[in-house]
Amino acid sequence: MSALHVTEYPKSRNFPNGGGAAAILAAGIGAFLVAAFAIAADKIAVIKSLMIFYKPTGPLSGVTTCAIAGWLLVWLVLHTAWRSRMVDIGRVRTVALVLLILGVMLTFPPIADLL
Amino acid sequence: MEITARSLWTMIHGMGFGALYLMACSGALVELHRRYGSPLRPSIEVSDERFLRIYLIVMSVLAWLTVLSGTYIVYPWYRAIPPVGAASLAAFPQRLLLSSPATSGWHSIGMEWKEHVAWLVPISITMAASVFVRHGRNLKSQPELRSAVLTFVWVSLLAAGIAGFFGAMINKNAPVEGGATLRLAEGAGR
Repeated sequence: MSALHVTEYPKSRNFPNGGGAAAILAAGIGAFLVAAFAIAADKIAVIKSLMIFYKPTGPLSGVTTCAIAGWLLVWLVLHTAWRSRMVDIGRVRTVALVLLILGVMLTFPPIADLL
Repeated sequence: MEITARSLWTMIHGMGFGALYLMACSGALVELHRRYGSPLRPSIEVSDERFLRIYLIVMSVLAWLTVLSGTYIVYPWYRAIPPVGAASLAAFPQRLLLSSPATSGWHSIGMEWKEHVAWLVPISITMAASVFVRHGRNLKSQPELRSAVLTFVWVSLLAAGIAGFFGAMINKNAPVEGGATLRLAEGAGR
């Protein structure tokens, strides 16, 4: 067998999945934060003006910067807590995907306008 | 044959980074399903794994370049406010779209959705790349982790497709034009 081939994964089930789980859940939260900040900036005038980090781009600059900062912060915290642990990836996946789908739906203006 | 600087940047953003991401994403999904879809599939070579790691990292860079160039270079030109009494709205795409009921939806639904949903793409693909770099071939025997990563990549393709579709349609109805004119070639005069 060539040395380049990897055919067996005897320890993979015991490989700590916490790092991957942290990245997945943080991404779901990040996606949701994009929608949450966008809705907040759209509905509340004070937040809209606070979100203008770069005037030519308007509130979009603050909305996306805050969402990305929040995502990275959550990722860092979760990664630190979970990186060497085995976590219940099924629950993490479900929560992350629900947040991701909410992120897609709530950025759609006709749905966001219902709130 | 000429092109304006703003039009060139719009092309770099949409047809360069964005379209390249869409094509790369299709390739990544095929490869991820083919190589990692089942533990019963053929073995994975280390060189293939390394290639896919680099491929996903390059996709992440493309996704970030797309949203950053869109948000901070092209979007300010799109949302520029015309001076009072402006004779033409041609250089102010957002206002041009909003000036007619036939086109206002391209802004109020299209751009409003595109400018936010596009940001889910770099978040999703950066996560996928990081999980792949961290877990690599171990993903093959962790179906729940693998399916979560794959779903995020699928959603990134959907979000990039939404952004790309509306970007193309908005630019068709109200192109971002202006700035310096670049002469690409001399046409044959009549």
